[in-house]
Amino acid sequence: MRTLYDRNQADVSEAKSGRTDLIFLIRFRHCCLLRNQRCILAYLYDRLLRIRALRWEYGSVLPNTIQFHMSAEEVEWFSRYKKSLATYMRSVGGEEGLDLTQDIKPPKSLYIEVRCLRDYGEFEIDDGTTILLKKNSQHFLPRWKCEQLIRQGVLEHILS
Amino acid sequence: GWRAEGRLQSPAQVHSLSLRLLYLYFHGKDNFWFFSFMQGSKLEVPLWLAKGLHDSKRRIISVELPKIYKEAWRTVFSADANVVDLHKMGPYYYGFGSQLLNFDNPENPEIAQTILQTFISRFRRIMDSSQNAYNEDTSALVARLDELERALFRAGQKGLNDFQCWEKGQASQITASSLVQNYGKRKFTDVDC
Repeated sequence: MRTLYDRNQADVSEAKSGRTDLIFLIRFRHCCLLRNQRCILAYLYDRLLRIRALRWEYGSVLPNTIQFHMSAEEVEWFSRYKKSLATYMRSVGGEEGLDLTQDIKPPKSLYIEVRCLRDYGEFEIDDGTTILLKKNSQHFLPRWKCEQLIRQGVLEHILS
Repeated sequence: GWRAEGRLQSPAQVHSLSLRLLYLYFHGKDNFWFFSFMQGSKLEVPLWLAKGLHDSKRRIISVELPKIYKEAWRTVFSADANVVDLHKMGPYYYGFGSQLLNFDNPENPEIAQTILQTFISRFRRIMDSSQNAYNEDTSALVARLDELERALFRAGQKGLNDFQCWEKGQASQITASSLVQNYGKRKFTDVDC
């Protein structure tokens, strides 16, 4: 793009000093520049939309494998989006705020049956007890504790 | 290359007019080649370029309509739009047709009308088929649809599938994020929660 731009700049000054036959060439290069810009913007915007979706679908901490593929600006954007969302969530639903990323599907019960899809390790629940999440173990756990792990693919929600 | 990126619209035919010489630089690998085109020569260019070079006084180019938007085909559409394979006829019939209206063609009102009527005639079938095909192979249903119609079909299918899911009592089931499902094949070794 820089090459196109530089050549155009050179030709613009030539065109101004009389070479009107260059005008169309300049216009052509300009069309190419605009087209390239549109493509780049579309691509970057699509990435941003996916990154935003990650906050909702996956959680507030992205796995390293994903972060590795994000540019510094995208990481910065994600962090600011998280903050913005957190501020908003705190401001609704009374004193404690409301976690909008929970219960995205309407819950039918407080406790759910889950199966562990891979070895995760120890997991502490609200009453202080710890559970060992080993691959293929099944547990009956509070929905709000599991939701994130299910979304992350650690657990599987089993319907009875 | 300059035809490479993104979704390529079917090319518009372009005449270059009223110029003695039009120099075009084509970018190829590391070199710039240039071609000069005599007045009146005909080329195929991507739509975005034709739009950029077009102006109402036709000083640079005039655009010829692709055949599917011309009178002969318009008659076919008005006879029975449902029989036309819009996927074969350049898969962006509606989008591209709408963009063609930018070129001040005297047939624009007819073109616009045909595009609209075509959509109206075909829409009903798309809606019905997308709402009734549950858990089956839909490739025959979408084969002759253009991309806009396929997107509509997919939206209809999604609605149907979501409803069936709800009917089966699965609407409350939490599922893994699509990201995880896609990356499941690669090693997802770190879980740093």
